[in-house]
Amino acid sequence: MTDKATEISAGGQATGTSRRLRTAIAALGMLPVLILLAAGFQFLNPRFLTETNLLIVTQQSSINIVLAAGMTFVILTGGIDLSVGAILAASAMAAVMVSLVPDWGLLGVPAAILVGLGFGLINGLLIAYIKLPPFIVTLGSLTAVRGVARLLGQDTTVFNSDLPFDFIGNGSLFGIPWLVIIALSVVVLSWLVLKRTVLGTWIYAVGGNAEAARLTGIKVPLVLLFVYGVSGLLAGLGGAMSAARLYAANGLQLGQSYELDAIAAVILGGTSFVGGVGSIWGTLIGGLIIAVLSNGLILAGVSDIWQYIIKGLVIIVAVALDRYRLQAGART
Amino acid sequence: MSAAAKIETARQPVLEMRHISKTFGAIRALHDVSLSVHAGELHALMGENGAGKSTLMKVLSGAYRPDAGGEILIDGMPAATGDPIKARASGVAVIYQELSLAPNLTVAQNIFLGNEPRRFGIVDRDQCTRRAREIIQRLGVSFSARDIVSGLSLGERQLVEIARALSTNARIIVMDEPTTSLTSRETDRLFEVIATLKSQGIAIIYISHRMEEVYQLADRVSVLRDSGYVGTLERAELSASRLVSMMVGRDLSAFYKKDHRPPDEKRAVALSVRGISDGRLLKNCSLELHKGEVLALAGLVGSGRTELARLIFGADRRTSGTLELDGKPISIGSPREALDAGIAYLTEDRKELGLFLDMSISDNISMGVLARDASAGGLRDFAAAERRASKAVADLSIRTGSVQANAGSLSGGNQQKVLLARLLETEPKVVILDEPTRGVDVGAKSEIYRLIDNLAKRGIAILMISSELPEVIGVADRVLVMRDGTISGEVTASEGQPLSQEKIMELATGAAQR
Repeated sequence: MTDKATEISAGGQATGTSRRLRTAIAALGMLPVLILLAAGFQFLNPRFLTETNLLIVTQQSSINIVLAAGMTFVILTGGIDLSVGAILAASAMAAVMVSLVPDWGLLGVPAAILVGLGFGLINGLLIAYIKLPPFIVTLGSLTAVRGVARLLGQDTTVFNSDLPFDFIGNGSLFGIPWLVIIALSVVVLSWLVLKRTVLGTWIYAVGGNAEAARLTGIKVPLVLLFVYGVSGLLAGLGGAMSAARLYAANGLQLGQSYELDAIAAVILGGTSFVGGVGSIWGTLIGGLIIAVLSNGLILAGVSDIWQYIIKGLVIIVAVALDRYRLQAGART
Repeated sequence: MSAAAKIETARQPVLEMRHISKTFGAIRALHDVSLSVHAGELHALMGENGAGKSTLMKVLSGAYRPDAGGEILIDGMPAATGDPIKARASGVAVIYQELSLAPNLTVAQNIFLGNEPRRFGIVDRDQCTRRAREIIQRLGVSFSARDIVSGLSLGERQLVEIARALSTNARIIVMDEPTTSLTSRETDRLFEVIATLKSQGIAIIYISHRMEEVYQLADRVSVLRDSGYVGTLERAELSASRLVSMMVGRDLSAFYKKDHRPPDEKRAVALSVRGISDGRLLKNCSLELHKGEVLALAGLVGSGRTELARLIFGADRRTSGTLELDGKPISIGSPREALDAGIAYLTEDRKELGLFLDMSISDNISMGVLARDASAGGLRDFAAAERRASKAVADLSIRTGSVQANAGSLSGGNQQKVLLARLLETEPKVVILDEPTRGVDVGAKSEIYRLIDNLAKRGIAILMISSELPEVIGVADRVLVMRDGTISGEVTASEGQPLSQEKIMELATGAAQR
């Protein structure tokens, strides 16, 4: 068994370099796709590469990128969080409802974040300490939290036309929309945590080999609690962003199937579905690809039915790439 | 003409591989290797990890095509190369370590999987079962053709693989480390089957790191080193020192190293384990481990050695018993607590339970002490990790181009050294080593023995689990033997007498009580 591994890698350094090269290609492998897509859409409709449209694209992708950043943490440990769309809806409801409280309206933002964090921690507790499978737990909370979101507003849409934090959704700083600034800050912070902190290394270790991580003294349940907490917290932030953009929230419709876009962004970004391998920059590119795809298809005049079909196929191709990359990795 | 050459002319070899070379890009995996095997012969193939054994066998099985100039002759006739299906048709079968059986099917179904006897296009189950029975009878094994494979032991599954090889009329069977995961009883069973196969004229190419097996079984031994052919020894010429020096290319006079002073009665107890059980296999196990001592834990596979080690380390839940470290009671409920107390554990299964294959060597080595190195905000200290890794690479002579290379790119022996380095970074007082040299080549083995000896000199207490008796006797000061989840006895060296291999085996098998 060891023989096979070693005889091929007789030159340890050469293989190490090519492996790193492959990892780099895996992380950036989608950047050419993004550029090609943009060039293609520009060809179809010259309005695509205008400043206005690019701002729209980045703005539209910002909420998904925030969710996908949280999802990157979760998938890096080999898990999955299906509940982020529902958590976003519940958090947005909380944000708008708190914003209606006179004088304390700004607290809508922290309220949304705390609601998201709370649900994320519940997911994390069930997964880390009761040791239930992440798919099952978050499938359950997908449904249950959606119910909570509807319950919060008695199943109606709540409005606040005088939202005290509406600048988040519609304002900009030096010409850059706040939504974009927030999304980029989340990506940079995530990068900092994943690549520069001990906790980040533990996350990769747990995803790479959970049992080895435990035997190395890493507190695996704490790491899991953290990643689901982060995913929930960022879904809460996404809720606040969404509420700020719409001046409203609806428990039934908001955030439907957002989890799928987030997962698609992560996988497109080259993060392995089994955990341990991936990067937040890849997720950023993945999220942009999805946004460019949606925006470009609209500009090209593709009906929204076909948009669904094309986006779905992109997810499948992404998983196929993931499989191919794993096989390439298994060869060394 | 030498005697051996006369035999060659008298008996045509069933298999001849001539001038086989294989290059992968710039890497030369085989260089001009020739090998001839006779019918009814067990030809052992030895060499360190990376010497080219597996590549040679992949050329034989058709998985790889040899470079131009190499040829394979079967019964003196040139055979197709680089074609697995033709190789199988010409009588070559490889028994893989990762068994490739379908666990939910019966033995008979597995034997004929993909090659089912048919009638009118439908699988002929009667014929399937009947022919499976014939083959099983030929092997003389105890399970039946109708048994479901998932109910069989690992050893029995291997015999099913052999039966499958026979079903395609294999005449050359390659076995790659077949005994690695077998108990000693299953190993004996396998050896009987091997004798049966030989008597039926089947040639066996047997890859193994275990000298004892090679002595017991081999008619001839060929040695590969650094992708090249070193030589072939006849059975009468076999000796351990000769084989080892052929494999490593130098004389290893001090293969096992025992320079540290064996502890006497006065030496302080480092770890004392009293009456621990796990509620399943382990019953009331106690032991005392002294400072600077190498205590071996011997016993058959399944006797509970690994379970005991994991229980001490807090990896599994303990139902009773107490632990004392340096005379003070300690409570250990998790590996983290064990490491904090100063107990470290090296797993026997480095790929599944030890390494982070996709992470760098540096991260792998520092993984246990990241928090200790980190700055206040929990930020990584990459310079410290680099320092630790570079030092470990130098101290343990880990062969790698860069400490940033992935651990998965290293050979087995170097991976094991990375795990040892990680364990040492935690500065343990007690070290538990579970099969520290499993799947490791001879050169790395000797380096690991030297490391163990050095640790003992520094006063670290070492509990070493090993299934290789020569290793136990060569390295340990004292041996505890386990059987059926209990410690069945202790073997000590007395009055200049070395540790007795027979005594250990008696205790391990229970022969003493019969």
